[in-house]
Amino acid sequence: MSDSHLNVQLSPLGDSAVMLRLGSTITEETHRRVMALIARLEARPFAGLLECVPSFAAIAVHYDPFLVKKSRIGTELQHTTIYDTVCSRIQSLLSMEQLSNGSRKSRTVEIPVCYGEELGPDLDFVAEHNGLAEEEVIAIHARGTYLVYMIGFAPGFPYLGGMSGRIAAPRLQTPRTIIPQGSVGIAGEQTGVYPIATPGGWQLIGRTPLQLFQPQASIPSLLSPGDSVRFKPISREQYELYREGV
Amino acid sequence: MSINVIKSGLFATVQDLGRHGSQKYGVSVGGVMDTGAARAANLLVGNKESEAVIEMTLAGTELWLEKDTLIAVCGADITATAGGERLPLWRPVLVREGVTVTFGVCRSGCRTYVAVAGGLDVPDLLGSKSTYLRGAFGGFEGRALKTGDVLRVKNEGQLSDRIKQSLLAKGNGSFAAAGWHASHFAIAAHLSDPVIRVLTGSHYPLFTVESQQSLFSQTFQISVQSDRMGCRLEGSRKLKLSSPVELLSEAVAVGTVQVPPDGNPIVLLADRQTTGGYPRIANVASVDIPVFAQLKPGDRFRFEAITQQEAEQLLVESERDIQILKAAVSLKF
Repeated sequence: MSDSHLNVQLSPLGDSAVMLRLGSTITEETHRRVMALIARLEARPFAGLLECVPSFAAIAVHYDPFLVKKSRIGTELQHTTIYDTVCSRIQSLLSMEQLSNGSRKSRTVEIPVCYGEELGPDLDFVAEHNGLAEEEVIAIHARGTYLVYMIGFAPGFPYLGGMSGRIAAPRLQTPRTIIPQGSVGIAGEQTGVYPIATPGGWQLIGRTPLQLFQPQASIPSLLSPGDSVRFKPISREQYELYREGV
Repeated sequence: MSINVIKSGLFATVQDLGRHGSQKYGVSVGGVMDTGAARAANLLVGNKESEAVIEMTLAGTELWLEKDTLIAVCGADITATAGGERLPLWRPVLVREGVTVTFGVCRSGCRTYVAVAGGLDVPDLLGSKSTYLRGAFGGFEGRALKTGDVLRVKNEGQLSDRIKQSLLAKGNGSFAAAGWHASHFAIAAHLSDPVIRVLTGSHYPLFTVESQQSLFSQTFQISVQSDRMGCRLEGSRKLKLSSPVELLSEAVAVGTVQVPPDGNPIVLLADRQTTGGYPRIANVASVDIPVFAQLKPGDRFRFEAITQQEAEQLLVESERDIQILKAAVSLKF
C-alpha cells in the first residue's frame, strides 16, 4: 500500500491530539484503510503516543506533548511546534513500505439473540412497518454478515454496517429511559447491540445473553473495529441457559 | 487505615488521572476534572501525583478519620473544618485520629480534592481507579460515595512518613498544618469573568462569519445541565453552520467544543463519550480545562483564540510548575 493510496489529511484536535482523516463517507474500502493505518501506528508507536481511536473514516492519535518534546532528535529540534513533530513522525510512518498486513486477522463473532416477545418488544412494529412477518424479519436480520466499523457512544457499543434495507425502521418518537443490557435494536438502516443499560430510541427486536462489555477483562469489549458479526436466533430457553452460564 | 464517609454531600466520587488506552472500545477517559488541583494535592502528601483522590462537587461532605492521617485539600475555595477548627487548604495537614473533617460551602469554585497519604485503595480497572458512573464501574463500587461508606487507604511511602513526622512535632490540636502552601495552583481565585483560551477546530470554517465572530465576542454562561460529561453553554447569539452538513462520527478530545443544531455549544469534559458527530468549532487549550472544573452553573466567561504554539507553551509552563512543586516537597522533607 503506497502513501498516495492512504491519502491522509492531518489536522490538530486541540494541543494533545491529531486527527487523521482518510475520507468522508462510510465504505468498507475506507474502513480497511483506517484499520491498516492504525495497525501501522500501533506496531511502531512513536515516543509520546498515548492511544489511537478509530472511527468510520478517521483516526484520532492522542499524544503526550511533554514526552514528544523530550524525545525530539535531529531535525525535530528545529520544529516550531510539538504538533509539527508529531505530524512528521506520523508522515514517516505513512511513507514507509507496507508493513506486514497480517498483524490482526479479522474475526467473525457469533452473537446469539432471542428475538421478539418481551425481549424484543418492537419486533412486531418492525415487521408491520416493512410489510413482513416477524419470522421474516428474524430471518433477514440473522442472514446478514455485519462489519464493526467502530466502537463508540457507550462502552463496547458497535457501529455495525451491512443491514438489509428491507428491515429498516425509524427510531422511537420518544426514547425509552432505560434499554436493558444486551438489547438488539434497529435505527434507520443500522443495527446494534446495547452492551450496558442506557437510555435510547432504537426499535428493540431481541436480546443477547452475551456480555459485550466486561471492564474486568484486559480487552473489555467483545467486539473490536474490523470484526465481522453474525446473529444466531436462539429460543427463550436457550437464552436462560446462556444466562446461567451453561 | 480507613476513611469513613459520615455524610456523602452533594456528589463525591473517587478519581485519578483517568483511564487511558481503552477509548477504541468506547470507554471514556474520566478522571479528575481539575488535574492541577488533584496532582498538587497528591504531591503535598508525598504521593505519586496519579494516586486516586476524592473529588467533591460543591458542598456537604463529612469524613471521619480512623487514625492520624496526612491529607491535603485543594481545588475550590471551600470552608473546611477539622474538629471544629478552620482547616487550611493547599498544604499538608496531619489530622488526628477520630477527628471529623467537614466541608462547607464553596466561596468560589465548584470541585474540591482530598488526597490522603498512601492513596485510596480501590481496584484498578483498565489501568485506572476512576469512577465511571455511566458504565457503573471503577472507583468505589462504580458509584458516587454514600453516607456510611468506608474507604480503605494504602500504606504510605517514606516521603509521606517524613512529612507526617515533621507535623507530629507541631502540637496536639485536632490537626497540624504546614506553614507553607501551594495555592498558586488555585484557579478558583481567578474565576470572575475568566477568559478561556481555545484553538479553532477543524469545522470552524463551516460556520457563518457571524457565528465565527460571536464565538469570541459574546459572553457565555454555564448552563445548569452541565456535569462531568460536559459543560453546556448559553449565549445570546446561537452558532449556526453556513449550510447543513452530514458529518461522520469521529473521536473527540477533552475540551472539544461541539455545536449541536440548537446552536448552543457544549465543551466536552472528563466523562465525555469517546466519539461525537456534531461539528467542532474549537478545542479548549489543555491548560484551561481545569477552569471548567471550577465554573458553576450561571458563571460567565469569554473565549479567546490562541495559536497551537501558544497553547503548547502554556501547557509546558504549567507542567514545569508541577515539577517544581514535586521537587520542593521532596527537598523540604
